[in-house]
Amino acid sequence: MRLRGGFFCAMPRCYRSVTDAEYVSDRMTTLPIHPATTPHAVPAPAPTPQSEWRTLRGTNVGDRLYRATLTALALVLPLLLVTLLAELVVGAWPAIKRFGLPFVWTSVWDPVAGVFGAAPMIFGTLASSLLALLIAVPLALGVAIYLTEFSPKWLRQPIAFLVELLAAIPSVVYGLWGIFVLIPFLRSYVVPPLRATLGWTPLFGGVFYGNSLLAGGIILAIMIVPYIAAVSREVLLAVPASQREAALGMGATRWEAVWTAVVPYGRAGLIGAVILGLGRALGETMAVTMVIGNRHDISLSVLQPAYTMAAAIANEFSEAVSDLHLAAMFEVGLVLFVVTVIVNACARLLIWRVARGTAVGSRAL
Amino acid sequence: MKHTKLALLASAALALAAPAAAQVKLNGAGATFPNIIYQDWMLTYNKAHPDVQLNYQSIGSGGGIRQFSDGTVDFGGSDAPMSDSAIAAIQGNVLHIPTVLGAIVITYSVPGVSQQLKFTPDLIADIFLGKVTKWNDARLTSVNPGASLPATDIVVVHRSDGSGTSYGFTDYLSKVSSDWAQKVGKGTSVNWPVGLGGKGNEGVAATVNQTPGGIGYVELAYATSNKMAYGQVRNSAGKYITPALPSVTAALAGALKTLSPTTDFRISITNPDGADAYPIATMTWLLVHKTYSDLAKARALVQFIWWAETDGQARANELGYAALPSQLRPWIETRLKSISVDGKPVWTTAAR
Repeated sequence: MRLRGGFFCAMPRCYRSVTDAEYVSDRMTTLPIHPATTPHAVPAPAPTPQSEWRTLRGTNVGDRLYRATLTALALVLPLLLVTLLAELVVGAWPAIKRFGLPFVWTSVWDPVAGVFGAAPMIFGTLASSLLALLIAVPLALGVAIYLTEFSPKWLRQPIAFLVELLAAIPSVVYGLWGIFVLIPFLRSYVVPPLRATLGWTPLFGGVFYGNSLLAGGIILAIMIVPYIAAVSREVLLAVPASQREAALGMGATRWEAVWTAVVPYGRAGLIGAVILGLGRALGETMAVTMVIGNRHDISLSVLQPAYTMAAAIANEFSEAVSDLHLAAMFEVGLVLFVVTVIVNACARLLIWRVARGTAVGSRAL
Repeated sequence: MKHTKLALLASAALALAAPAAAQVKLNGAGATFPNIIYQDWMLTYNKAHPDVQLNYQSIGSGGGIRQFSDGTVDFGGSDAPMSDSAIAAIQGNVLHIPTVLGAIVITYSVPGVSQQLKFTPDLIADIFLGKVTKWNDARLTSVNPGASLPATDIVVVHRSDGSGTSYGFTDYLSKVSSDWAQKVGKGTSVNWPVGLGGKGNEGVAATVNQTPGGIGYVELAYATSNKMAYGQVRNSAGKYITPALPSVTAALAGALKTLSPTTDFRISITNPDGADAYPIATMTWLLVHKTYSDLAKARALVQFIWWAETDGQARANELGYAALPSQLRPWIETRLKSISVDGKPVWTTAAR
């Protein structure tokens, strides 16, 4: 994670050094920002005369082999992605043909009658992930800011280590913990006061059985905190000390320095951290299915059971007997794929806009 | 070119050199419910017949039927019989061979109730339909006069994963409640009218135990080995039966009375006749082809299955399954005798 130094951009023969912030904003995203959009890309040093370079490049067999190998390796992943998508579409085709687009917004899921609509699962996937982000982002950012800005030196490593350790716990263990610890705790200590104060809103209505969107969201939040916290911490560590010093020098308090100088400087990276967590939340299966209640229903209340796409696939795929049921499962997989792509695309757009701002800001330095 | 020719020659030589009584490898896949006894059978059988190697993967009934139909495995395992359309898709080239029986019990956790509760069929159906919603419902208290049932909400818990257990349970409910048959039907996964979904027996068990007022269904073997509370169910003879292995075997014996020896075994043994029969009993099948192309394989498979149906049955009770009633044996024998390779039955030397 803490690699420093140069960065190979997408254009050949262009090696440039980057500032910390730029490094971070590039690292935190899945695709490099196109060099043309970063206004201060260092122009490549004038290469040796073109003809000479070409002849050199063409002759060496080892070099050519190396180049071909790397190209092949680089193409494997996109190819895999395309194959995956094709496989999903082929598998889902009977269901796509039968149900068409309404598959996405109808909510009857009846394997006996052969009627399938995935709206409750799509809703549940998005709602549980959103709930998880609402809980995890403040928590993880708090941990990261505390560790980089406020904590005594001796405490940093132990806390960082323990938080990252959370990522190593298998999700089925989280699920068990959810059933035996979290749900009873919610039932006796969290939900009664919640209902007493906010029970009149649709968000907290209905009877609480334990397994619910709330329990699923909290489990997911705990699972994604280590990812967001670890990446955010790296981002904040990469913010140059001069930023803090400048803010403090102008009379800002520690708090103001963090919020006006440090966090805005690293915001592209921080959003990247959140997106990483979101991606994990969207795809999580085991822990969620153990606590979310697995109910094909759309309810606004977080106290009601729900379902997610990943959980449904894990639950029903192995016993899907009829071809249509199987195809419907494939289509759920396809929808999950598409939802993930859309979410990531939105995130890229966000980061791209934010990163542009950062770049302008850093040029002003 | 030369290399490939050499390799071909070498492999041909190897094939010729192989001993006549070569290893026979049989692969199967399917239902998870009978997995424990299948593994036990295969291990024991392999000790007595080292030349036969058996392998069973418990990937679920749906997967078992698919792999069997695609021909990727030699035999399948399923807790739900193949549908007519699935059988037609493989030109009817399948036999359902029952192996062992199981039962599904109604498990519950009601605060303040320690005695075994009694359930009538229509009560179970109405609870799972969401029509009976409180534990102190008049219909519940009238069949459980001694129990002090609280005014707690009933929280229905069902399997979220597709499963043979759900198939058996919904098959039973479809038989005892026309309402259920109409609104929900039977299947390995169905559109549950109410309730929470738990993954696997363990998921249902944990959710029921952790939820005051919870009620669910799990396999008998799972419930007994985990010392869970489960209820008596009234059978078609009007008697309340505690689920136990003998009452499950009695269920099949009761169901057999209505069958002819030529049945294809795609029968349901839920809600059978018989005063001692537990009504929510299930059967699990091995799926085998009627015709095979490999004589050695087919013969080994038939021999193994016949061994499982005879000597193997002794292991059932110990492992938590109910054995098949002995009246069934000659029927199964007839089926196994009909398995053929190139039109010739493979049974002839089956007794070994």
